[in-house]
Amino acid sequence: MRDILKMEILSRPENEGFARASVAAFVARLNPTLEEINDIKTAVSEAVTNSVVHGYENGEGTIFMEIVIEDKVVHIKIADEGMGIDDVERAREPLFTTKPEEERSGMGFTFMEIFMDRLEVESAKGKGTSVHMVKKIGGGK
Amino acid sequence: MRQAQYKIEEETIKIKLPEELDHSNSTDIRKEIDATIYSGKVKNVEFDFSETSFMDSSGIGMIMGRYRLVNPLGGKVALLGVKGNIGRIIKLSGLHKIVGESEEK
Repeated sequence: MRDILKMEILSRPENEGFARASVAAFVARLNPTLEEINDIKTAVSEAVTNSVVHGYENGEGTIFMEIVIEDKVVHIKIADEGMGIDDVERAREPLFTTKPEEERSGMGFTFMEIFMDRLEVESAKGKGTSVHMVKKIGGGK
Repeated sequence: MRQAQYKIEEETIKIKLPEELDHSNSTDIRKEIDATIYSGKVKNVEFDFSETSFMDSSGIGMIMGRYRLVNPLGGKVALLGVKGNIGRIIKLSGLHKIVGESEEK
């Protein structure tokens, strides 16, 4: 089975909850466990929040989401056309944050990595960031 | 969605957290708590998760920040009613090592 959900949302904090709830509803057809659904909701929330807070620095911009279901595998792409990340490797380190004054915990990428099977981050300074995450439902992780 | 509810008892502010705690509401909760701490009325913060089903790293940052604020004042941060997914996030972040956690409510 193959299916696709594409969404564009504005980078508003109110849309963070909408984004994770939409992805959870789309993935529900694979009969995920409660834990798998929570994993996906958390990972989506982290990626969308990154675009809102860092990509567009709390200003207005568009967040592009593409969710592909292929048999039991979920591919999630979340992209923005914001400021981009200087050093992706460093950004992925646990507890690293460029915004300590806003009390960002620096755990966003770490949670995406822990809760999903695979995480790829592509970013170009001034052009934006794209996060690609993969998770197998029923994979026991 | 239900908003956070606040109650002050002696030197403690008790916050009943909303159903979902993320970046969209953690800033307002932070401001509300900090205003009572700065006023000198309270030094302890108690987060009640009993009606909360979702939290991401924004919630972790908010709790960690309140700990940093009250710790030098001799205050404490406590987490009540933690379960399931939220317990997992708290453990993964190491938050349970610095603040008190209790399953009971």
